[in-house]
Amino acid sequence: MIAQEFEYSSTTQLKEALALMADGAKPLAGGMSLVPMMKLRLATPEHVVDIRRIHGLRFIEEAGDRVRIGSTSSHHDIESSAVLHRVSPLLAKTAACIGDVQVRNMGTIGGSVAHNDPAADYMAALFALDAEVSIASATGERTLGIGDFILDPFTTALDTGELIREISIPVEVAGTSVAYVKMSQPASGFAIVGVAVRVRRAADGTIGFIRIGVTGVGPIAYRAASAEAKLQGTSGSDADIAAAASVMADSIDATSDMNATAEYRKHLAGAHGARAIRTALADISAGRA
Amino acid sequence: MATTTVPAQIEKLVGKGVRRREDPRLLTGTATYVDDIRIPGMHHACIVRSPHPAAIIRGVSTDAARNIPGVVAIFTGEDVKDVGPVPCGAQLPGLRVPDHRVLAQDRVYYVGHAVAVVVATDKYVARDAADAIEVEYDPIPSVGDPELAMKDDAPRVHPQYEDNVAFRYHQEGGDVLKAFADADVVVKQRIISQRLIPTAMETRGVVANYNKGEKSMTIHTSTQIPHLARTLIAGMLGVPENYLRIVAPEVGGGFGSKLNVYAEEALMGYVSMQLGKPVKWIESRRENCLTTIHGRGHVDHLEIAAKRDGTILALKIHILQDLGAYHQLLTPLIPTLSVLMIPGLYRFKNVQADITGVFTNCVPTDAYRGAGRPEATHAIEIMVDRLAAELNIDPAEIRIKNFVRPEEFPFPTATGLTYDSGDYEATLRKALGIVDYDALRREQAEARAQGKLMGIGICTYGEICAFGPSAATPAGGWESATVKVEPSGQVTVLTGTSPHGQGQETSFAQIAADELGVPIDNVVVLHGDTAVVQYGIGTFGSRNTAVGGAALYYALQEIKTKMKRYGEMLLDSGDVTLANGECVCKKTGKSVTVAEIAGAAYRAIKLPPGVDPGLVATRFWEPPNFAYPFGAHIAVTEVDKDTGEVSILRYVAVDDCGNLINPLLVNGQVHGGIVQGIGQALYEHAVYDESGQLLTGELMDYAVPRARMIPWLETSHTITPSPVNPLGVKGVGEAGTIGCSPALVNSVVDALRPVGVKHIDMPMTPQKIWNLLQAGGQA
Repeated sequence: MIAQEFEYSSTTQLKEALALMADGAKPLAGGMSLVPMMKLRLATPEHVVDIRRIHGLRFIEEAGDRVRIGSTSSHHDIESSAVLHRVSPLLAKTAACIGDVQVRNMGTIGGSVAHNDPAADYMAALFALDAEVSIASATGERTLGIGDFILDPFTTALDTGELIREISIPVEVAGTSVAYVKMSQPASGFAIVGVAVRVRRAADGTIGFIRIGVTGVGPIAYRAASAEAKLQGTSGSDADIAAAASVMADSIDATSDMNATAEYRKHLAGAHGARAIRTALADISAGRA
Repeated sequence: MATTTVPAQIEKLVGKGVRRREDPRLLTGTATYVDDIRIPGMHHACIVRSPHPAAIIRGVSTDAARNIPGVVAIFTGEDVKDVGPVPCGAQLPGLRVPDHRVLAQDRVYYVGHAVAVVVATDKYVARDAADAIEVEYDPIPSVGDPELAMKDDAPRVHPQYEDNVAFRYHQEGGDVLKAFADADVVVKQRIISQRLIPTAMETRGVVANYNKGEKSMTIHTSTQIPHLARTLIAGMLGVPENYLRIVAPEVGGGFGSKLNVYAEEALMGYVSMQLGKPVKWIESRRENCLTTIHGRGHVDHLEIAAKRDGTILALKIHILQDLGAYHQLLTPLIPTLSVLMIPGLYRFKNVQADITGVFTNCVPTDAYRGAGRPEATHAIEIMVDRLAAELNIDPAEIRIKNFVRPEEFPFPTATGLTYDSGDYEATLRKALGIVDYDALRREQAEARAQGKLMGIGICTYGEICAFGPSAATPAGGWESATVKVEPSGQVTVLTGTSPHGQGQETSFAQIAADELGVPIDNVVVLHGDTAVVQYGIGTFGSRNTAVGGAALYYALQEIKTKMKRYGEMLLDSGDVTLANGECVCKKTGKSVTVAEIAGAAYRAIKLPPGVDPGLVATRFWEPPNFAYPFGAHIAVTEVDKDTGEVSILRYVAVDDCGNLINPLLVNGQVHGGIVQGIGQALYEHAVYDESGQLLTGELMDYAVPRARMIPWLETSHTITPSPVNPLGVKGVGEAGTIGCSPALVNSVVDALRPVGVKHIDMPMTPQKIWNLLQAGGQA
């Protein structure tokens, strides 16, 4: 459990970190994924640059119709953000379900998103939120939608030398209700299945807006578009929810491992999807949305 | 010096929940564990381990590693071939004992098997150098499952034996054949008690320090048995026992996994002798999962025979014990404890028990909290519930019908034990009362009517504790204690047990304070250092208080007698009492304090006739029998129909461990035990694939329960003093674990009864339950 020798740099300046990364340095924020991988020698970076102290990367702020979240914001920052709870609570609710208190104090959203574990909790919410990822490098900046950012398990659109600078999510329209429901792997706390839902009823009471993001089921997180389609325009009855649940993972090549078979995962996606939808709709009915 | 002032009454402490005196140093990070020990000039070791479950070693190339600056030495199997074998303390007829060297010789037998050791000036260099050692392996077929290992064409774990069977054991009591012939009903079931990783929070660690000038060795090691380790390691290294000092400093949990002598302990001793330097090795978590013993590992086949009215007549059990690749200290003995306890709390006198111990290409199994008794309790308690269901009798009622009755003690069992005392029905009735059993069954009926899967599970367990009469143990089962009243009147207790979380620094101080009538703050309890403490056996088998506490009690009586003799002399009286911190002349009321007596005994200007100076007493106490605690645990669960998840709605434990020296400590033991039982029932499983690769080698994969997974635990007690020892205590270290898993499994099976489920093996994962729900209850 001892990492290979590596060089360590720490800086408060984004430019300096990006310059080091352009030369091959690996960014370290909370270290919740990188450090265990280094200790197991699954990752053997020669140079690590600590980005935790960089000015201007740890913030959560409302900007017009979006909320901008700096990449070194900890899960606890997100979980406890008054701004998020007021204008876009899904990510905060999701962050509260990550790991344990120590992990939430150390881990960052940028680290989690860049690592792209197929069972990471945030992914479900970010897909449901149509999140955007802003990326910085020594040569410039670019912004990608979450669907374009996530490529394969543990693989993203990040090129060498690129760092996630911030993630932005929409400010919720009034009347939008959100929920995140997961089954945890008991050892790691990662999601065996996690489903995030955003839903809003139209003036006539039918479901006017629905977004569903799913993590843990397949090789990468996804937006459950066919489940959304089953609900859009319906009254959101038990039958409507069941119909949506039945296609929650319909085209997904689900993972089989020690914790859950593919068949069970697909079933859990439906079961947890239904729960998330019911929870969110119940909040609307109770006037909590 | 004699005064008549009456000191404030000193409060009696036995029976009170005195807070653990150990905790402040543990909670403030000021305790000293093995890894906290730093000796000037100390080197660090890292061990190269096999990635293969079985392979021939073609060669070990160490040149690249030797050239790394800071690397001091590298040792391989050839270097240590003359270090004595890792000891197996078990003797069973026909037992195959493969030669087990401290480093692999020409083959490796399991993933994690130690092949070489690198010693360097710091631990980082040692770790890098380990990567630079190239071992040329020739992988060969291997087997990681005990049932597969029994097949005719299975790869042989040890090529010198014609099959993988290490031993067969048979024990029979009564007339099983007749009992089965007389039976109205026979229920059969295959039951698995899966392999578990003990997962002490402190992994193993060793600091060995050989002093060339003195020819003496000190080994700090995270162990439960410092004295036994000294005897055995001295033999392995060829160091005279009296030149070897073993110190168990603070030990961060053992649960039986440190009731052992491991290759690394002797290996570090060897390295230190070769180099003339202190050397430290600290086990990583991954090494802990791979190379520290595992627990359980049973595949049991049971048959229970009964009359239609629920009277149990007989039980047959065949235990297939997954031994792993080698015998550690007690490996083959553990399933024999299952045989002893298989009758549980019941009166039936016909038992047929067989064990097949089978080698696999896995790390050895050995003692883990309960060590054989959880497996037995699980088996009998599952079978009793199966029988109750078969006969449509309430599970509480069938137990009460078959319990040994209070007037039948001492009760000789079909397996040759003599249960000491008990009132099993009273304990079960207390638990039933706490949950309001009748109301709970009504609530369950309502829940079922609503389509909910709610279950109520009972386990009434019996335990064998206070290990034990020496004739029934492999290394002596007595225990020792020394009491020293120092010249100041302060009291030092030396116990041969080696507590590591059980709290005897507190409970033994309570006993000493009460007996001598001194404030508890005047008492210190020392343990774990063979240079300080007289020989002792150690801590395991819920024996500390029942055996070590009894030894302490008798040593205290001896010292009290001697103190009274000094008191008589000082008070010029023939009739004194010793109480409340002083010796009082009954006639005159004059008194002398303990400190004054101690001063006189050490100054020794004048001695009572026939009495030596000093105030020291040592007693070695041999227990006449084991002690047999028992209890009733009731778990109420609900299964989520949709996902298969189990929720524990209520957990009630009524334990009878005899007299309670310290209820706070007792409840702590019960809580911890139940948590580990919940772990086995719902989460934990050391999963090897068919070849012997461990798939749960990290805490990311191996699920020990977290605080948030544990329900509120309602604990209570009945008290049936044991007649075996003067304290009337029975032992409680393992009870929670033993009582828990059957209660949970019976509860979940009860929950799933409406869908046709009759049995579930542990761990009861959501996936497993969902599969059962999909298949209409059939596995």
